[in-house]
Amino acid sequence: MSKAVLYDANKCIGCRACQIACKQWNELPAEATTNSGTLENPPKLSAHTFTKIRFTETEYDGEFHFVFTKLQCMHCEHPACATACPVAALQKTKNGPVIYDDNRCFGCRYCMVACPFGIPTFEWDSPLPWIRKCTFCADRLGAGLEPACVKTCPTGALEFGERDDLITIARERIAALPDKYVNHIYGEKEVGGLSWLYLSPVPFEELGFPTHLGTEPVIVNAERAMGAVPPVLIAVGAIMTSVYWVIQRRQKMNQAKENDKKKAGVTK
Amino acid sequence: MIQRIRSFPIGTTILTAIAIATLPAFIIRFLNGLGAMSNLSDGRPWGLWISFDLYCGVALAAGGFTLAAAVYIFQREKYHPVVRPAILTAFLGYQLVILALLVDLGQPWYIWHAMLYWNWHSPLFEVAICVMTYTVVLALEFSPIIFERLNWNVPLRIIRAIQIPLVIAGVCLSTLHQSSLGSMLLLMPGSLNPLWYSPILPLLFLLSAIAVGPAMVIFESTLSSRAFGHRIGQDIMAGLGRAIPYILGLYLLLKLVDLTARGDMGLIFSSYPINLLWWAEIVIGVIVPIVLFSMPSVRQSTNKLFWSSAFVIGGLVLNRFNVSMLALAPRPGTIYFPSLMEFAISIGLVADALLVIMLAHRLLPIVEDHDELAEGQELAEGQEAV
Repeated sequence: MSKAVLYDANKCIGCRACQIACKQWNELPAEATTNSGTLENPPKLSAHTFTKIRFTETEYDGEFHFVFTKLQCMHCEHPACATACPVAALQKTKNGPVIYDDNRCFGCRYCMVACPFGIPTFEWDSPLPWIRKCTFCADRLGAGLEPACVKTCPTGALEFGERDDLITIARERIAALPDKYVNHIYGEKEVGGLSWLYLSPVPFEELGFPTHLGTEPVIVNAERAMGAVPPVLIAVGAIMTSVYWVIQRRQKMNQAKENDKKKAGVTK
Repeated sequence: MIQRIRSFPIGTTILTAIAIATLPAFIIRFLNGLGAMSNLSDGRPWGLWISFDLYCGVALAAGGFTLAAAVYIFQREKYHPVVRPAILTAFLGYQLVILALLVDLGQPWYIWHAMLYWNWHSPLFEVAICVMTYTVVLALEFSPIIFERLNWNVPLRIIRAIQIPLVIAGVCLSTLHQSSLGSMLLLMPGSLNPLWYSPILPLLFLLSAIAVGPAMVIFESTLSSRAFGHRIGQDIMAGLGRAIPYILGLYLLLKLVDLTARGDMGLIFSSYPINLLWWAEIVIGVIVPIVLFSMPSVRQSTNKLFWSSAFVIGGLVLNRFNVSMLALAPRPGTIYFPSLMEFAISIGLVADALLVIMLAHRLLPIVEDHDELAEGQELAEGQEAV
């Protein structure tokens, strides 16, 4: 069964302990940033920041909302990055995490372009750069632990468990407090399902989540095109060979005819 | 040969100067990393090198496989005089693509990982394998020119014997990776504008590459005949030009049918300002060339053929930039314009390739085409007559 995390924006208090726990567990350095006029910091995910809390101030249903959302790799059920990677350095594991292997990657950055959520980052400042992103603490999961961010969350805004169970819990929460939640579990169906699920008091487009992606995995068209490769290869090879053979034969026959004519002319 | 060498021409001097002047960009890239010299970022991880050197480079090298197919498989002997220059430029074009990738990859010294760790689902894996294999095929297709120069008859005979299978392999590999460059974009339905995103992108990529192949041969042959002073028959150029409207017509038809089928036809009018790029690409690269190449007066003039083919090339370049950069949304809050050093790398590589072409035309029998097969046949006919 596949593990997942449920993030409940109504329970998050924006303390950002998850950001710190992530840095500590993954031994990531702090980033030097400038005052951007908000407590939200750092401004973007980077090779040194795998997760961050985004602050959104918005009006919905006639009310003011100050909403926190946690950004990190969504660990898609059908990840575009894993299909994109030419050397299979990114792979979806059975228990949930999309993991990355330094020993295979050569830095083409196709995963970064393909990711519908704009998550993978690159060590731009290094002459020996790798791709970096949230690992879902795959190492901790392997040891039977929960991810570092979930472990540290003081309010239970992050909940780790079986994906199916979490979807049930999320449904119950929406049903219990329909005024407090929009009736949408982000990640249940988006691009074929995510391993990170979100509950929110406002529609997800207000929070900057991509909502135009649909429920179909983004990889379907590419997978279909790649599936057509072997038949196309055989067909093109066969067509070219037969065209060559037919034209060659026609030319030989024409030549034979001409030779016959010449000979006929000589004998006359 | 030696007596024929002229004084160092001005073009060569300029190209050499560019090649030397752009060298520091390569050094800085490898010493300090990509972030230090490019404007690439997490928001726009692919930039000028992918759009120009990979996407345009591979498509513009399509003259190699289209001409090889015309001459050796469809056996249109008329085009024999231009097949060698076409294969030479394709061969250099692919080396240029690989060199640019060695600059663009984060860790190019691991490029061989593509041969070791296979991901059959990745369009880029297919591109990588095909580009590597096809470059070897092009090297073999090109090798008789060197063997002739060195008078090595044994390897020459071996290559001649496997020439047809080589050409067929080249056509297969080209079909696969030209279309796979389009398949690569199929993973980005969320960020590539719907005017361009289509399930038939691989087919559109292949067709536009086939159309630009002959245009590129006309363009290059005209330039090289001016630079090196050899002549290429007007009927060859006219014949190449005559093929282009059919391919471009099919391409345009597919594009319009596809837009209609997806119900996005209205976008070509409503999605201002991005639709201007679509119109520019279609008018410059498709509609104008279809009209021009269909006119007999154009096909009879070297000059007009040259400029008509320039339209096809310009339209293709715009198309590849559209799909891989201009109409491909970056992450929110990202603005990208290539840095000077990114331009330096791309310009430097083109200058290097042009210098090699000039050198090849001086040292190798690129145009004086000794075809053993044809000579053999003449000989045989002669003996028969005796």
